[in-house]
Amino acid sequence: MSASLATVSYIGATILFILSLGGLSNPETSRRGNLYGIIGMTIAVLATVFGPRVTMAGIPWIIGAMVVGGGIGLYAARVVKMTQMPELVALMHSLVGLAAALVGFASYIDTSNPLAGAEKSIHEVEIYLGILIGAVTFSGSIIAFGKLSGKIGGKPLLLPARHWMNLMGLLVVIIFGWQFLHAESVSAGMIALTVMTVISLLFGIHMVMAIGGADMPVVVSMLNSYSGWAAAATGFMLSNDLLIVTGALVGSSGAILSYIMCRAMARNFISVIAGGFGTGGGAPAAASGDVQPAGEVVAVSAAETAELLREAKNVIIVPGYGMAVAQAQHTVYEITQHLREKGVNVRFGIHPVAGRMPGHMNVLLAEAKVPYDIVFEMDELNQDFPNTDVAMVIGANDIVNPAAQDDPNSPIAGMPVLEVWKAKTSIVMKRSMASGYAGVDNPLFYKENNRMLFGDAKKMLEEVFVALKS
Amino acid sequence: MTLMIGIPRETAAGEKRVATVPEVVEKLIKLGFKVAVESGAGDASNCSDGTYRAAGAEIIAGAAKLWAASDIVFKVCVPTSAEVDLMREGGTLIGFIWPAQNPELMQQLAAKKATVLAIDSLPRQLSRAQKMDALTSQAGVAGYRAVIEAANAFGRFFNGQITAAGKVPPAKIFIAGAGVAGLAAIGTAVGLGAIVRANDTRAEVADQVVSMGGEFVKVDYEEEGSGGGGYAKVMSEGFQKAQREMYAKQAREVDIIITTALIPGKPAPRLITAEMVQSMKPGSVIVDMAAERGGNCELTEPGKAVVKHGVTIVGYTDLPSRLAKQSSTLYATNLFRLTEELCKTKDGIINVNMEDEAIRGLTVIKDGVVTWPAPAPKLSAAPAKPAAAKPVAAPAAKGHGHGGGGTPASGTKTAVMFGVAALLFWFIGASAPAAFLGHLTVFVLACFVGYMVVWNVTPALHTPLMSVTNAISSIIAIGALVQIAPPLMGGGDRPDDWIRWLAVAGIALTTVNMFGGFAVTQRMLAMFRK
Repeated sequence: MSASLATVSYIGATILFILSLGGLSNPETSRRGNLYGIIGMTIAVLATVFGPRVTMAGIPWIIGAMVVGGGIGLYAARVVKMTQMPELVALMHSLVGLAAALVGFASYIDTSNPLAGAEKSIHEVEIYLGILIGAVTFSGSIIAFGKLSGKIGGKPLLLPARHWMNLMGLLVVIIFGWQFLHAESVSAGMIALTVMTVISLLFGIHMVMAIGGADMPVVVSMLNSYSGWAAAATGFMLSNDLLIVTGALVGSSGAILSYIMCRAMARNFISVIAGGFGTGGGAPAAASGDVQPAGEVVAVSAAETAELLREAKNVIIVPGYGMAVAQAQHTVYEITQHLREKGVNVRFGIHPVAGRMPGHMNVLLAEAKVPYDIVFEMDELNQDFPNTDVAMVIGANDIVNPAAQDDPNSPIAGMPVLEVWKAKTSIVMKRSMASGYAGVDNPLFYKENNRMLFGDAKKMLEEVFVALKS
Repeated sequence: MTLMIGIPRETAAGEKRVATVPEVVEKLIKLGFKVAVESGAGDASNCSDGTYRAAGAEIIAGAAKLWAASDIVFKVCVPTSAEVDLMREGGTLIGFIWPAQNPELMQQLAAKKATVLAIDSLPRQLSRAQKMDALTSQAGVAGYRAVIEAANAFGRFFNGQITAAGKVPPAKIFIAGAGVAGLAAIGTAVGLGAIVRANDTRAEVADQVVSMGGEFVKVDYEEEGSGGGGYAKVMSEGFQKAQREMYAKQAREVDIIITTALIPGKPAPRLITAEMVQSMKPGSVIVDMAAERGGNCELTEPGKAVVKHGVTIVGYTDLPSRLAKQSSTLYATNLFRLTEELCKTKDGIINVNMEDEAIRGLTVIKDGVVTWPAPAPKLSAAPAKPAAAKPVAAPAAKGHGHGGGGTPASGTKTAVMFGVAALLFWFIGASAPAAFLGHLTVFVLACFVGYMVVWNVTPALHTPLMSVTNAISSIIAIGALVQIAPPLMGGGDRPDDWIRWLAVAGIALTTVNMFGGFAVTQRMLAMFRK
């Protein structure tokens, strides 16, 4: 295949990738979108393998590597549970980051294409940046994976003077970058490159360690963005437009998602990245929490919950991370189906940051076969709460906290929340009275029209379902 | 100077309503107005002069004096020519006007240099306007009253009973038209224990019928009957035939029919023919709520209850007035809400703000100039594009122009951003080689494409979006692929083995992503169903 043909194939692949992202705008077209992505990727890989820059000698290696990698990927995709999607996605980001770093190193030690002057400097800056982003993505994603899968605690790790440490790291990276650019030989540059890589890895770890569990959706989408920028940097490094375009697409997509998530929490992107939110009963809660919310917590049984649901005409279910942890989505849907057959209007209200990654709840509900036309976004549903008989909150806390609107001193003040307390009755399913990730007490629990159903979400919902059927 | 709101006695024959009630008088006074009520205005709706006086209103005997004293007049019925003559030059009138049906009245009012707000011209589709919607509140009362009239004329219980004296079957009621009145009728009839069926040409109201406890009867014909603004439209011939068959069937089965079908600006559709009336069981009742506009039933006599073929056909045109206290209270509240909108300053002075969509729609004459019909209101509920609304803080920090699509809040900020970007571009342009600039162009454009495309993604699909972009980012494999084998030319002292192993590792890692990412996306998307 000639160089021009390969380039044309790359253009085709680029278009298919854009169509792929566009296709995801709507559940109807989303499957086609994914198909476009697959075709685009196939074209890109084939055009490269049969293109002018890969010689026959490399083919066996390529096939070997692809069979191993593909096998692992397909296996992981098959066995992963939908509740584990955030972990899987985080882990996959780390692979992209690592690959970008490896390609960067390989490109640096490859001296077959000598450059000079400004071109050489630019090439080396690209390598340096590519490895930097790749390494940060890699270690950050690994930590995110650990946090999401519960292997590392969700609480933020706050080292003293952490901002200064980050700043120091940045300075060292810049100094070594300078040395790297002026290195005489490959081996001399290698030292600078290695030091920088280690610092980037540490920085990635530190950055994600300092971020609280509730901010994980932002982190996951931010790492998604980084993996895109890493690909774009690699594209610059190798003068490959396909990589640049695709990297930029992925990078901007992740950046937009991070922005949407931040807005959904009324938080500033910088403050999320700087970390330290969600210290769990720490300083921010104490500062505003000296006023114990007035009122009494009223607990109910599963049978009483069923009674409330049976008498209701309009029900809104607000799922949160607790539903994912308890794997309760199937039981939720059985109850929904039962109520809908009885003529009860059951809908779902999804907060943009419910769960641990963007759109997490939607995927879980889809897995349980909940039709997507009864699943609504917060903005579509919020004005309907006053006409709702029962609002059922399953394992969510901060996203239904009235303090976000009422208490200007609350750490979550200004964050848009689902106004479940406006329903005639709200039922909150929770394990205990513990506060959410933001570490803020929830006045909702003390409201007069609120009932608490304590226990494991799945177990309690099963009991509710049994009581409903009898 | 605070304005005087005047409430005259309604002069139309049989009209029992009044435009405000004592409870609302208090609220109007709190808004800063003075209120005058014509002596005896509220008698028919159980509001005596004494209660008005106790609420703070002034009682004025005689219509002429009242009209002369009032800056603003609240009315229920369309004013008569004699009443308009009494009106003060340049005064304000609020009430039902029906400008399309009453062109002479409009001219007469315009000649008086009046400002006229027609409560019937309210843009009802604005959710903000609902609190002022007198058509809705009065229709709700009418729907309730229609069921009560039917019960009055019907010789049996509505609810089924099994008693020592025998079994009583529940009454079956069919309601044609599930607008506000129809829905109110459904709720009332269900509350009395009847079996209620209903039909409407607008398929989307089926859920509302069910939610009120009724059963929705479908016409066996596919056609969309929504005509904008929440009203129905005229249907095709085929549909009408299927509809007639359905009505004929219902007429044979049910005990009571209540019809509420109206189409704006047209005579009421003929739904119930003489034969259908004949086919009904003796003792059955038809309440025709469209009697004023010709009636949905062929045999309706407007304003009267008549018995034909053994069926009582009630054609009263004054159903709300027959529940005067209730309908007056609701109407008074509607007008109070309107007054609140007119007098946001709460100082007893009204401001007819033509910029406000709801007020603009209501105002049919402004200072003697006819402003009816109002332009169609823009739907303020139209979803504002969140994309363009705010500057994008985070990605802008990366300097790839994501903020460019928005309308940033402050001009200085934009200027600074543009300045920095310009400097950066100048620096790059001055020092970078041409090949790099080509790539940079591609990169910047791709960022924008990504920005445009991704904003359209629905939040429900954010997780699949992330897994698909993750799969796509394994395009890095290309980078590893081109490095794996030594170039044909043979390039000096290239450490082939090192590079190969790095590249193989890179390929293996990215293919995990590539296959895994697409497969898991496929798995997720397959689950999304309607």
